[in-house]
Amino acid sequence: MAIGAFSHGPTGTVVSAESQKKSRVAWFLLLPGIVYLLLFFLTPLFSLVLTSFKTAPPAAFIGEYVYAFRWENYVEVLGMYGEHSLRSFTYAAIATLIALAIGYPLAYFIGVRLRPYPLLQSLALVLVIAPFFISFLLRTVAWKQLLADQGWIVGTMKAFAILPPDAHITGTSISVIFGLAYNFIPFMTLPLYTSIERLDLRLIEASNDLYANPMTTFRKVTIPLTLPGIVSGTLLTFIPAAGDYVNASANFLGSTQTSMIGNVIESNFLVLQNYPHAASMSLILMGAILVLVSAYVFKSGTDDLL
Amino acid sequence: MTTKNLPEDPIVRELVIQARRAQMTRRALLGGAIGGASALALAACAPAGDGTLTAPEDMSATDKTVNWANWPLYLDEDDAGNHPTLDAFAASTGIAAKYIVDVDDNNSYFAKVKDQLALGQDVGADTVCLTEWMVSRWIRRGWTQKFNLDNMPNHANVVDTLLNPDFDLGRQSSLPWQGGFAGFVYNTDLVKTPVLTLDDLWREDLKGRVVVLSEMRDTLGVIMLGQGVDITKFTADEFYAALDTLTAKVSEGQIRNVKGNSYSEDLVNEDALAGIVWSGDITVLNGEAGYEKWKFVLPESGGTFWNDTFIIPIGSPRKTNAETLINWYYDPAIAAQVAAWVNYVTPVKGAFEEAVKIDPALAENQWIFPNADTLSQVHIFRSLSDAEESEFQAAFQGVVLG
Repeated sequence: MAIGAFSHGPTGTVVSAESQKKSRVAWFLLLPGIVYLLLFFLTPLFSLVLTSFKTAPPAAFIGEYVYAFRWENYVEVLGMYGEHSLRSFTYAAIATLIALAIGYPLAYFIGVRLRPYPLLQSLALVLVIAPFFISFLLRTVAWKQLLADQGWIVGTMKAFAILPPDAHITGTSISVIFGLAYNFIPFMTLPLYTSIERLDLRLIEASNDLYANPMTTFRKVTIPLTLPGIVSGTLLTFIPAAGDYVNASANFLGSTQTSMIGNVIESNFLVLQNYPHAASMSLILMGAILVLVSAYVFKSGTDDLL
Repeated sequence: MTTKNLPEDPIVRELVIQARRAQMTRRALLGGAIGGASALALAACAPAGDGTLTAPEDMSATDKTVNWANWPLYLDEDDAGNHPTLDAFAASTGIAAKYIVDVDDNNSYFAKVKDQLALGQDVGADTVCLTEWMVSRWIRRGWTQKFNLDNMPNHANVVDTLLNPDFDLGRQSSLPWQGGFAGFVYNTDLVKTPVLTLDDLWREDLKGRVVVLSEMRDTLGVIMLGQGVDITKFTADEFYAALDTLTAKVSEGQIRNVKGNSYSEDLVNEDALAGIVWSGDITVLNGEAGYEKWKFVLPESGGTFWNDTFIIPIGSPRKTNAETLINWYYDPAIAAQVAAWVNYVTPVKGAFEEAVKIDPALAENQWIFPNADTLSQVHIFRSLSDAEESEFQAAFQGVVLG
């Protein structure tokens, strides 16, 4: 569609010199973007695909591989890291749902309730973005300290018998999912806000006038009208969360029991120097996300996104 | 443009030198640059020939600089960020040394420079300090330059225990920079019974509060020693027996985490009360705490001893300068000055006597100036072939990744 906008117009129409010139200008303006994509997306992607089919020659040094169309790399990594893949998508899905549950009311409050007070609305938006002023890594390390065994959060939870005396939070699935949800809430809230902010309140009033109760109004009017925001927000949260390797890393909120695909790729690239396995795992992650996201977008039927 | 003003990146540097050699007309400069780029591109594609790499011509006589790549916080530093011993080196020898904190991890540094090394190219460092297992890999591949001992009279100061490692007998191509021990630690405020044996580490009161290192050689080295294995010549079966123990303790939840340098955060926030750790870090943590809050002990069955070691990469065109630098740090007085700052074990004979003059209390610290008795309790993990390294690391990473 976007490329179509730069085409020479429908067949049979007389194309004026001026429109041809405009078209050339448009292509010229697109050039930096195309070059950028070629250099920094397609070339590395091509290299990644080639690497994923490489194999170690006999008596190879560590990290030495040759091209051999070894498709078994894919089978091997699926066998070795299937559990990690499943864990990644499960963590990412739960974190996305938590972020949606927190982000939607927040975005609704800012976009609808604060609509008459533009200053407060802007202030609230700044607060949503405020965590970005501090490094992602620092915020995650801060949570590691807050959730520590001897920290006040765990101490209070144990005092109220919410946690058993010998339980802990850091290094568990709970802390990793919490970290993912926490870090990606702004990515969820902002697209939701842009959809909700445009919500025509007269339609809600109309729904009420037609005797729909608040729940039905929310389900039949509010959600469909804000669906593009929900879809964008969930995608912006789910995609990076599935590939995230910081929260689940043993150095941050995770442990050996919480490794996700990102950690597997990092370990294969940097520690084991098993580049073919790392590359094939990266491509599997890309493929899986692409399939899941396409199915999701297709199912939710939001053309506005595409 | 003087040598000092040349860019740091070796490829860009080479291009600039080639361009400068040509006539400085626009056409000649362009031709030189294109020629240089093509030459480099061809060199990058060229096969390694018979596999033997040759070092470039030593330019040390005319190029009075040296680049030293090392780990963070590994050289004495004052409040202004200067390195007093390095500044003294420059003043004494006239060689401008550039200290580059470029090594954060043996594997990632290796991954960064290995392609250039395989072609015998300059990696931007005339000397680099890497852990000995990685050093042995470089030497095995012919990626280092052999020392000219005439330039290194202080070479004789290396302690006898480190003179003949299996990968470099007589230290012809490598010299240790600093070393350290891996052993047990426990929090003296919260753990009242000392942790002295492997069984102590698996005690019920430490369940879920034990952290071990993600450095395979140290964690499995200590476990193997605890199982009565000689880590200087262990077999694959003995390795896998230790790995099985590690796997069991991780899945039982006795070991909470397997991690790198960040284990010190777990000790500080008390998620971990005991573990297998590095001696130097504990000295620093106790220094910050103001008392011996964390007690480092060598297990009764012995601890591991590792060294980060100087080597001269094959592509360095400033070998003599690098040798002069290494020789400088093998002066006992200089070595003592560094040890007082970095808190690791110095491999230089006579440094202890010099340290007594600087700070007698420091010289007493067994984790900085170990005596013969301490050294008799530690062992060096044997060298692994590439095939063993790949196999063992993959098995170990299987535990780390869960």
